[in-house]
Amino acid sequence: MHDQPSLAELLQAVKHFIDETASPNLSGHPAFHARVASNVLATALRDLEVRTANESAEAASLKTLLAVSDGRSLDDMNRELCKRIQSGDLTATSHGLIAHLKATTIAQVKTDQPRYSGLKTAES
Amino acid sequence: MQDFEAAAHRLFSKVFGAEADLSDINRLSGGASQETWALSGGHFEAILRRAPGGVRPTRPSAAIGLATEAALIRIAGKESLPVAKILHVLTPKDELGEGFVMSRVHGETIARPILRDETFAAARLKLPGECGAALAGIHKIATNTLPDLPSSNGSDQIAQYEDIYRGFDIPHPVFELALTWLKANQPAPIDPVLVHGDFRLGNLIVDEQGLAAILDWELAHLGDPREDLAWICVNSWRFGVTENRVGGFGQLEPMLQAYADAGGAVFSTQEIDWWEMLGTLKWGVMCMIMYEAFRSGADPSVERAAIGRRVSETEIDLINLLEAANA
Repeated sequence: MHDQPSLAELLQAVKHFIDETASPNLSGHPAFHARVASNVLATALRDLEVRTANESAEAASLKTLLAVSDGRSLDDMNRELCKRIQSGDLTATSHGLIAHLKATTIAQVKTDQPRYSGLKTAES
Repeated sequence: MQDFEAAAHRLFSKVFGAEADLSDINRLSGGASQETWALSGGHFEAILRRAPGGVRPTRPSAAIGLATEAALIRIAGKESLPVAKILHVLTPKDELGEGFVMSRVHGETIARPILRDETFAAARLKLPGECGAALAGIHKIATNTLPDLPSSNGSDQIAQYEDIYRGFDIPHPVFELALTWLKANQPAPIDPVLVHGDFRLGNLIVDEQGLAAILDWELAHLGDPREDLAWICVNSWRFGVTENRVGGFGQLEPMLQAYADAGGAVFSTQEIDWWEMLGTLKWGVMCMIMYEAFRSGADPSVERAAIGRRVSETEIDLINLLEAANA
């Protein structure tokens, strides 16, 4: 398959069009949506860059936390984690739980909303 | 659109008299669940708030409907609370769908300038006290004078939002832990009062003098007064100024003091902590609901898609709150 331009380059081109050409010609509600659209493309670009690494880190951490064998999908392990929290098997004071949730969530917020204020609080 | 403009012209003359001629119609940004239009002509001006396209959407939220919202704003006005004046409630004859017309209160609703511009420096100092007093005023309104409203206390809301979350069948371990904590640490319930339900920047008009009007009563219900006091503390509603727990502009203690001074009950910061955790979880589930409107095709807007990626912002806030609670 061709990748010139790559997916990231294509998204970057659309973002550039929105920011430099479309947005300056819009006002009111459409201008607001153009800003949102530009932010969405920025999130998509970050997601493209980090998803593979983030998902393997999350899977490795879940495998340790749940003490499960290899080969379980990320979704499956997250469902298992939810069940164990719901049943009281894992609590806020259980070793490693908060640390796992915090690391996973920090990685997600860095992709979704890297300037979100709660991220600074979590990392301080 | 032509139909809309013609109907808006007729409405304007109906509200202000035959000599009033509508010359400007502007859709105001924000307010994703309702349309807000600024209407003006000559020295007359008003705000039209109506359902999107005039049609009441089917939503999983507990929104009360625009006619009830107008009735509540009228009652709040009679109690001398800062609200716009209701000028007209739409009827089928108006051919504009469901909604109402209110006076235009000048000022700012967008959080960023309110929290950052020098223009609002004096207002920011007064807001914690004014918000405390206004909430005490809302919570004091005799419930037997109110139109029919849904009831929802802390336990109801845990059950309601847990149900919605489970219905999506998408695992969020942070939500699970927050739900467990909320159930284990619930404060004793208190007698239900009128709760605004969405009292925060974005839904408040602020001018240079301070709080000018309380908007967006569509989530009003009978419930726990601590819900309103804590909702404005939810970190998403501090709009980046995290160190100011109340709305990004003030501290909790002065708001609680003003609340008690204006005849409200005396609440501890620990009670507000619990409701802030619940509020944060609710906002997270609401983001999932709004994303679902996109996923299902009901609302294909980029805004609805984007909000799905705000769920993680509530998750990091819940982690921060859980860490503080267990410290």
